[in-house]
Amino acid sequence: MGILDKKYHDSTIIIVNLQSALNWARKNSLWYEQFGLACCAIEMMATAASKYDFDRFGIIPRSSPRQSDVMIVAGTVTMKMASRIKRLYEQMSEPRYVISMGSCSNCGGPYWEHGYHVLKGVDKVIPVDVYVPGCPPRPEALLEGFIKLQEKISGETIIKEKNPELKAEKV
Amino acid sequence: MKQQEEIFEYLQKEFGEETVEFYKGDVGQPWLKLPAEYLKKMANFLRDNAELRFNTLMCLSGTHYPDKSELGVTYHLHSTLHGHTVAFKVATPADQPEIPSVESIWKTANWHEREAMDMFGILFKDHPNMKRILCPDDWQGYPLRKDYKPQEYYQSMPTGT
Repeated sequence: MGILDKKYHDSTIIIVNLQSALNWARKNSLWYEQFGLACCAIEMMATAASKYDFDRFGIIPRSSPRQSDVMIVAGTVTMKMASRIKRLYEQMSEPRYVISMGSCSNCGGPYWEHGYHVLKGVDKVIPVDVYVPGCPPRPEALLEGFIKLQEKISGETIIKEKNPELKAEKV
Repeated sequence: MKQQEEIFEYLQKEFGEETVEFYKGDVGQPWLKLPAEYLKKMANFLRDNAELRFNTLMCLSGTHYPDKSELGVTYHLHSTLHGHTVAFKVATPADQPEIPSVESIWKTANWHEREAMDMFGILFKDHPNMKRILCPDDWQGYPLRKDYKPQEYYQSMPTGT
């Protein structure tokens, strides 16, 4: 009796290819790094709380970058913070994802012109998978961002490398 | 409770008529102008005189006057015992900005002076910890000066769009 024969008789066995099993597991247990930078963090907390309930998507906060899969950059990335964010990103184990939440981390937001102290978009420092617009985005928007990320993860292959290595550039 | 004019007269009586100036604008609170070399003596006097007793430094802020090429510091004092308030200003040349620290008189001044140093580059003499408070230690320039141009890169990260 091969395993294929059991497919329709034994309800505890599902036959699926490795790639979609991995993607299914990854996209349904997105643990995010528990840190916030500004007012977007308040919306992020609201999304995690009982009314919007991140947990129903398997999204829970982790206090260590080494145990988390996704980083939500929730707020203004100052020049001082940017190097810390980069270090946090480097400490995460792969596969790792980044959600840029709100106008500030997307493009500098209200600081885009005269904010000497603000990095004009976190994508200048780390690669971003999903951008969530808004100032700050509502919890529904952040949830939508996570659903987009889940879609992205379900299309991944295990053969191709996800992120090209970041290269330092001399200026 | 005393008006600013009365406080001005107190200072004149103690330190001489030439040392203090009194200004009144169309709007807002009137202010006194003190010379930097008298600042610490006058601050001590304002705090310790039995009829003034300015025991709180409410605010200390820096200013840049590009037309006079001067930097200034504005102090707002309040007396919780008598309930009166005074504002005074001290100016210093922009190319060599140095003002005595009042940290030894009001501890509030510690971080406020560090902020004025961070944003305007005013050096406070005898401050116990005169380093930047908001910007990173290796930041270049003083952001709130009128002629400030941000650096293009900070630690090889672009500051512009």
